[in-house]
Amino acid sequence: MAKNKLTKEREDVVVRFAGDSGDGMQLIGTLFSDSTAYAGNDFATFPDYPSEIRAPQGTIAGVSGFQVHFGHSDIHTSGDKADVLIAMNPASLKANLIWTKSNGIIILDNDAFIDKGIEKAGYETNPLEDNSLTGYNIVNPPISKMTLEAVKDLDLPNKVALKSKNMFALGVVLYLFNRKLDSTNEFFETKFKSKPLIIEANKRVLKAGYLYAENVEAINLTYNVKPAPLKKGLYRNITGNLATAWGFIAAAERSGRKLFLGSYPITPASEILQELSKHKQFSVKAFQAEDEIAGVCSTIGASYAGSLAVTSTSGPGLSLKSEAIGLAIMTELPMVVVNVQRGGPSTGLPTKSEQSDLMQALYGRNGESPCIVMAAGSPTDCFFSAYESSKLAVEHMTPVILLTDGSIANGSEIFRIPKVASLDEINPPIVEANDKDFKPYKRDEKTLSRQWALPGTEGLRHRLGGLEKENITGDVSQNPENHQLMVKLREEKVQRVKNYIPEQDVVGADSGELLVVSWGGTYGVMLTAVEQLRKNGMDVSLAHFKYINPLPKNTNEVFSRYKNIVVCELNNGQFVHYLISKFPHYKYESFNKIQGLPFMVAELEEKFKTILEKNNK
Amino acid sequence: MEAQVLKDIPLLTKDDFKSDQMVKWCPGCGDHAILSSVEKVFPQLGIRKEDFAVISGIGCSSRFPYYMNTYGIHGIHGRAAAIASGVKIANPNLSVWVITGDGDSMAIGGNHFIHVVRRNIDLNILLFNNRIYGLTKGQYSPTSPKGIITKTSPDGTFENPFNPGELVIGAQGTFFARTIDNNPKMMVNVMLEAAKHKGTSVVEILQNCVIFNNNTHELVSSRETKDDNQILLEHGKPMIFGKNKDKGIICSGLKLEVVKIGENGITEEDIIVHDQYSEDPGLHAMLARMTPPYLPMAMGVIRAVKHETYNDALDELIEYKKETSPYKTVDDLLTSGNTWEV
Repeated sequence: MAKNKLTKEREDVVVRFAGDSGDGMQLIGTLFSDSTAYAGNDFATFPDYPSEIRAPQGTIAGVSGFQVHFGHSDIHTSGDKADVLIAMNPASLKANLIWTKSNGIIILDNDAFIDKGIEKAGYETNPLEDNSLTGYNIVNPPISKMTLEAVKDLDLPNKVALKSKNMFALGVVLYLFNRKLDSTNEFFETKFKSKPLIIEANKRVLKAGYLYAENVEAINLTYNVKPAPLKKGLYRNITGNLATAWGFIAAAERSGRKLFLGSYPITPASEILQELSKHKQFSVKAFQAEDEIAGVCSTIGASYAGSLAVTSTSGPGLSLKSEAIGLAIMTELPMVVVNVQRGGPSTGLPTKSEQSDLMQALYGRNGESPCIVMAAGSPTDCFFSAYESSKLAVEHMTPVILLTDGSIANGSEIFRIPKVASLDEINPPIVEANDKDFKPYKRDEKTLSRQWALPGTEGLRHRLGGLEKENITGDVSQNPENHQLMVKLREEKVQRVKNYIPEQDVVGADSGELLVVSWGGTYGVMLTAVEQLRKNGMDVSLAHFKYINPLPKNTNEVFSRYKNIVVCELNNGQFVHYLISKFPHYKYESFNKIQGLPFMVAELEEKFKTILEKNNK
Repeated sequence: MEAQVLKDIPLLTKDDFKSDQMVKWCPGCGDHAILSSVEKVFPQLGIRKEDFAVISGIGCSSRFPYYMNTYGIHGIHGRAAAIASGVKIANPNLSVWVITGDGDSMAIGGNHFIHVVRRNIDLNILLFNNRIYGLTKGQYSPTSPKGIITKTSPDGTFENPFNPGELVIGAQGTFFARTIDNNPKMMVNVMLEAAKHKGTSVVEILQNCVIFNNNTHELVSSRETKDDNQILLEHGKPMIFGKNKDKGIICSGLKLEVVKIGENGITEEDIIVHDQYSEDPGLHAMLARMTPPYLPMAMGVIRAVKHETYNDALDELIEYKKETSPYKTVDDLLTSGNTWEV
């Protein structure tokens, strides 16, 4: 491959593709991920795009990005700063320079650095000429010109030809990491099956980029990242939203229930509705409702009728669903509410991520209305969380709120594909026809859950509703003692779920100086930071929570074994407040970031080091 | 729900549908008569008693499911249509009845109402229209006539009321009928028609709230005035009404007009013949809009057209996809697309 050039081994690398939102950055990011998969690396990705579909061309507002982090060892995050930045125009350079390592490689389209583009990006002078990029390794081919040159005898209009310029950039990057062009070329063949000219153009431009990189002196070093020692199995790349949708489909198959999704499009949750709309072959009924309320109400109706019933949304939508979730709590019907969290309050930061709906999930309803709350830790964990939330909902006859977030919903990582038969059994408590002992609110002694009596079944006609119910009979009741009893029963039913979820585990030491506590979508970055510090001999351990209500039953005992506890979350301190209310006898430190951005490994390490140093003084 | 007469269904009676709960509506409330009519209709449909689901929202009328021995949900305010949509889509074998009031379906649930009608989900909606909020003790509703004095309109309302029939037709509804709580025979007939219709059937029942809005429908309900202020529409028959059956409706230009047969050369031939199956909703909308004392209130089935239902379309697609999809199991799906072995 590389002639007379050096190849350097790297443990892990971060590549960030950035360009105008019409430049096809998400596409080349995905194609690069595919080639990474073929190279046998572990990897994770994260797209970063504006909430506008096509913001004005060439401006910072219109910059779209895609980051890939790949490595020889386990990769848990999409990475902090980029080793390699691809910036297709001045605005994408300006927006992404702060996310690039100070000695990183920057690949630019020199043709885009003209006065107009520079001005639109808000630069006063050309950054290629004013020494502001000193220290970076700049590779700036005239990408647009070379793209046109590569396809000139194909007689394509310039506008069409230039659409392939992203492939030039991809070609350069593929060379940089000693990759082959095969998987990308195969993609062109399938994608543009009926357009041979377009296939040819893309192939040529990709190759032109690759050859350019091979020939120029600017690139005097290529990088090699060895395959990761992954567990044997069949793998694929998957985003959190796709994994969530598939987790529900798997749960429907295993539970023998048909899947119903009642939902309304909302960023960043829409992909769940879109994906489930595709799978009618599994009898999935995805109902695009007229609003969030109809989404959850149709879900309750479908649950009553015996479906595995799910509604998906994001923060503002969860607000709208509150009253109906209360109805599901009162009627004790199973339902999963997925909340793909985004920055709030109100419309907030629709395309950015936050963990600020925890309190809403726990308490955002009228009356005493407990339900199970759990949070997925990573894109692949969304699959298992969707599956498990379905199991808990139907087996315990209660709504479950499953929290994911924009980062893990849109981010991807590699997924070791499980066999559906290997997943835990799901046993819905469905009542047999003509069961003489059936009473709508008679409860299982262990779980306290009532039974599921499906309309259409002989001998089980009964009415449910939002009015308080008499214990056992389910008749409407205003009796004071009965109300108190029912409130206690509903709470106890949810608390007993403790007996059916795993105990909280800890990464690191059984006891020690510092326990890092986190929850939900920050798992990857937390794990990476704690593992790295432990490698450096620091006494840090991690308790990352998936089950929020109820908390695992050993939570108190886990906390008791460490001298200091720091709770890290992407909000203003919601989980820490919850923990204070449950276990007020510990002193908690908190570390919060509320910028719509994920934690960086570096800032976490810095924080934990500071805490350790302070306490050692 | 198309009435399927199944042989193995035991003959049902009114008593099969009476629940053991005490009916708690006010004495004299129109709801009692509606309940009694529904109890008469259900046994006649040839549907197993386990296959009925009665879904309501909130309001006086919405207590209805508790008084029916069927499957049922007493839901939350305004959301009956949405809950019922989920029930029907999930299990299309059920005969699903929505019980709602003018506050429940025209105000807080207005959005769900128009959308369920637009989708043509096979539900039967009984809309009890008493033009007042009863359960909250007497505030004006979206169907209260302009000028009415209530607790929240001490100086008379200055809002325009909705006409449910116009909303149904505006939302591309396939079935709309109107009836009144003091005419059990008409109620039963209209409900049977609604049950037969495949698609969303909306039946507006003019219902009297004896406490907070007594006699709101007096012109069309009282013995003295009703004959001249209501017209029972029957498919294929001329629109003739009045105590002496001598009044009729004609179309004059783009307006409907009441004429007297035998006067000014008008004969029965000139009177419009009702066509409830007409695809064009124009005349149906005009009929739904007729208001006394200028024009008689149209009763009976105003519109009943055949369109594919949401639930049938979905189930057909599911069957088609089952046959054609390469994914037979979830394992097939999980391992589809770009995968690699390690």
